[in-house]
Amino acid sequence: MSGKPRLTYCNGRGRMEPVRWLLAAAGVEFEEKFLETREQLLKLIKDGDLLFEQVPLVEIDGMKMVQTRAILSYIAGKYNLYGKDLKERALIDMYVEGITDLMQMILMFPFSPPEAKEKNLASIAEKATKRYFPVFEKVLKQHGQDFLVGNRFSWADVQLLEAILAVEEKIPAVLSGFPQLQVFKTKMSNMPTIKKFLQPGSPRKPPPDEHYVASVMAIFK
Amino acid sequence: MAGKPKLYYSNGRGKMESIRWLLAAAGVEFEEQFIETKEDLEKLRNDGVLLFQQVPMVEMDGMKMVQTRAILSYLAAKYNLYGKDLKERAWIDMYVEGTTDLMDMIMHLPFYSAEMKEKNLALIIERARNRYFPVYEKALKDHGHDYLVGNKLSWADIHVLEAILMVEECKPDILSAFPLLQAFKGRISNIPTIKKFLQPGSQRKPPPDEKFIAKVKKIFNI
Repeated sequence: MSGKPRLTYCNGRGRMEPVRWLLAAAGVEFEEKFLETREQLLKLIKDGDLLFEQVPLVEIDGMKMVQTRAILSYIAGKYNLYGKDLKERALIDMYVEGITDLMQMILMFPFSPPEAKEKNLASIAEKATKRYFPVFEKVLKQHGQDFLVGNRFSWADVQLLEAILAVEEKIPAVLSGFPQLQVFKTKMSNMPTIKKFLQPGSPRKPPPDEHYVASVMAIFK
Repeated sequence: MAGKPKLYYSNGRGKMESIRWLLAAAGVEFEEQFIETKEDLEKLRNDGVLLFQQVPMVEMDGMKMVQTRAILSYLAAKYNLYGKDLKERAWIDMYVEGTTDLMDMIMHLPFYSAEMKEKNLALIIERARNRYFPVYEKALKDHGHDYLVGNKLSWADIHVLEAILMVEECKPDILSAFPLLQAFKGRISNIPTIKKFLQPGSQRKPPPDEKFIAKVKKIFNI
């Protein structure tokens, strides 16, 4: 046993990408096992490795953890990225949950039928620029600090950066009305662990392409 | 300031019900302000009290909390229903995420067409019976304790009870193959705070009827 967390998922972003981000940001090396076929998924289920028959699966500290939020909360707690007290944790949770709703739209986008894609993209743009980004722009402006919560690097900062980059891949000028977020993006991207993760050759996965979508549909039906 | 948490939502279960359960189980009295019309929701939005323009919203401890999971995690930790350490919390989180997936399916059911409703109802029952309930039955069997995690009442027990009762409303004999969950249901239901919540006149909301669904569709533009 290597001691490193081991991630089991398809070879793509999906629901595992926030976990890769958070581990990387915390400076934690991890291994990955990629599901390529439906048979591999069925074997994991048959072997009893998946609590609710689903991935993501992260083997960490003797546990076979499933459920993305449970995994992320555990990692945030373990690596001191969850604030200093209950109230800071509440703020981090609120921010992360909001961002996750936005990321969910991006996650589902490649799987929407071609005729719905334009509408869905417009919806992502609208929600990002009217509902979510204004909140974080305001938070940063009001306290004038580098990080979203408690003047300290947290899970919320990692999640927001991931979301900004994901939306920018679809809408390159999306931050044009958000000067604080532009500064935030630069600052977070330059933090050593994150900078490393953003470089080629890291475990970061590329945006989903048709090949990825097809393999996901085959594995999960 | 009353000091009691104040819940903002429509007068029905939806995403707020798990919060009502947790507060009630913890013995915490709370107030409710019901959104009856689209204008009520617009007013909350215009007043700037909804961080992401959405409900549930719970005013407590000087915060206007939104996002159901954030609210539930805060309450669980505040009222010592979140295990004794990080690993117990991890188990509670895993169990609760599972029941949330199941209860979300039930919550969405009334919004489907008649044809999809039948299909999804069958899926709910299949999932409860083959994916979710076996996990909790096994957990209870493996450790032989009264509670799911850490031999102590936690958020997981309350959430699983809520899920059991919701699925039973869909299929009354759903627990027939799960003897330990039957005993669990009896035990947790008899905890004084929960017993009180299960009695008529409590703030527990009834299953959604057509009138409520129509109102929700109007308020939220569904």
